[in-house]
Amino acid sequence: MIDWITHLPAIIVVVPLLMAVITALLPARFGWGLALLATAGSALASGIMMADLMTRWAGYRLSYHLGGWAPPWGIEFAVDHATALVVMVVSGLGFVATMSSKSLFMNEISHHDLGRVYGAWLLTFGGLLGLVMTADAFNLFVFFEISSLASVTLVAMGSGYDKRALIAAFNYLVVGAIGATFYVIGVGFCYAMTGTLNMVDLAVRLPEVNDQIPIYIGLAFMVTGVMVKAAIFPMHFWLPPSYGHAPMAVTTLLAAVATKASLYILVRVLMTIFGGIDPLPQLILQWVLIPLSLMAILLGTILAIYERDAKLMLAQSSIAQIGYIVLGFGMGSLAGLQAGFIHIANHAMIKGGMFIGLGGLAMAAAGKTKLDGLAGIGRRMPLTATGFLICGLSLIGLPLTAGFISKLYLVSAVINAGYWQIAAIVLFSSALSVIYLWRLIEVMWFTPSGSGQSRLPEQVMIYVPLWMLALANIWFGISASTITEISYGAAQVLMGGMT
Amino acid sequence: MLDQLLSHWNYIIVVLLMMIGLFIVISSMNLVKKLVGLSLFQTSVFLFYISLGKIEGGTAPIIITGGHGDHGNSTHDILYSNPLPHVLILTAIVVGVATTALGLSLVLRIKASFNSIEEDEILAEKRVMKSEGRS
Repeated sequence: MIDWITHLPAIIVVVPLLMAVITALLPARFGWGLALLATAGSALASGIMMADLMTRWAGYRLSYHLGGWAPPWGIEFAVDHATALVVMVVSGLGFVATMSSKSLFMNEISHHDLGRVYGAWLLTFGGLLGLVMTADAFNLFVFFEISSLASVTLVAMGSGYDKRALIAAFNYLVVGAIGATFYVIGVGFCYAMTGTLNMVDLAVRLPEVNDQIPIYIGLAFMVTGVMVKAAIFPMHFWLPPSYGHAPMAVTTLLAAVATKASLYILVRVLMTIFGGIDPLPQLILQWVLIPLSLMAILLGTILAIYERDAKLMLAQSSIAQIGYIVLGFGMGSLAGLQAGFIHIANHAMIKGGMFIGLGGLAMAAAGKTKLDGLAGIGRRMPLTATGFLICGLSLIGLPLTAGFISKLYLVSAVINAGYWQIAAIVLFSSALSVIYLWRLIEVMWFTPSGSGQSRLPEQVMIYVPLWMLALANIWFGISASTITEISYGAAQVLMGGMT
Repeated sequence: MLDQLLSHWNYIIVVLLMMIGLFIVISSMNLVKKLVGLSLFQTSVFLFYISLGKIEGGTAPIIITGGHGDHGNSTHDILYSNPLPHVLILTAIVVGVATTALGLSLVLRIKASFNSIEEDEILAEKRVMKSEGRS
């Protein structure tokens, strides 16, 4: 179409990364504004890129050669339907999380740290976008580490009022570094056998050496490494403490977008890089990822029921929701991948909204997210609490919400693949998730508050982003075709193996 | 078998270092030692990549032309090492340094807050915090 569109992939990543440096150097009072500007720019650019891509056929691939070096020698940013969807989710939710972050940071982080905090914030954001778009296997590792080191810093910022955040950040750092290093070892094995790092080139050359052991070792290392980053059971143990003790705004950003990017990388590695080696990705999906995702779904839901802290409860429920996404991917079918992508988008909206809402409610309870502290808060902060409730209903998959569409597509994909027992587990765990959501509702609306009944002040910059996400949940629950069609395109791209 | 092992001795060292590093990360209670293990683990991967790029008798990848500037014949029997893995590892070393630096600064803050860098003592204090209901 127009020439400048081909530059969008680079702009989307470079703008936040450059702005990160500027934000860190300028006085703290500019932090939020600059971060908002950068994330809005990236979100807008992603929107344009996606709109352009939607007008093209599903196999179309927008390719940007960094520094003008053509692949496979140079680093390539590639955007197809699957990438565009995840980029849109990451940048859009990143923008909404940034909107709410100023109010959420207010009580948690000292004012003059804000410049540097937003620097790390933008590094996380830009790193995740680069992670999704790069088509170079080694470059992907660099973006992994940019985003993960920056988000470790953000988690550690929780230490101002909860020193356990430091321990959580340290464990997050060590586990994340091991995961990324595992991934690099895998890339090294594949590079040794093929002599290339470009994903498309790898996809062409790996089948030529599919009788060699090293590429299987490489696959094992890469998949394990990415599974750590994506917090897939049993490598999820770093996630609940990190989410639970980080500042509320950081939890919002990480829960909404960070694991989504890694989940996308997992399916990229399996379906694109190793897609040419025929039975292998399917075997891993079927015999490794499906059982693990079922464990994650059940364990995450049950642990969430027993949690007494609302923030940790939602963090545990994230484990289960990641399980749903992986289960969809694990089906290895067009419908399964589509369900996975739908839930990536929907869960980002759901959890983003719930953490923003919880943050707003917790401000009234002096930053505490213990369930007892939230007693009666629903009646005292109706705007925030109702937005939170809508996202919560979407989480359990009530009809007319986006979460229902996720569950519908997931269950029908599972049944079509012939696993009715798994469909039963999905429905059972959805029923269980009603229990923990009900505990929240009961505390917020039906438990009398200990400290008066009067209305509490509500922050505009919390309920506006929250209601944006709540309305998005309803909108995409009623007119789901936008997300389902894009997800179908994304699934087609990945099923095509080599794009 | 032994022959094959001996000719791949560099990879054996890589695997040994990797396992030692990972073992220290998992088993050590001291947070600084954990970071040492992590560095060792990452360094073993650096060695792995550098080994990949080296060819026995290979020289630096600079085109050596004969006296006549005749590419076809004179470059024919010169072996070059692959520079790409080395460049990749240059990046990875930077990432490793950043990881270690961030880890150590976290340890400093942990020492200041918990007055210990031993994981079991910190966890004990954490448990106390939890039972007291502070959040």
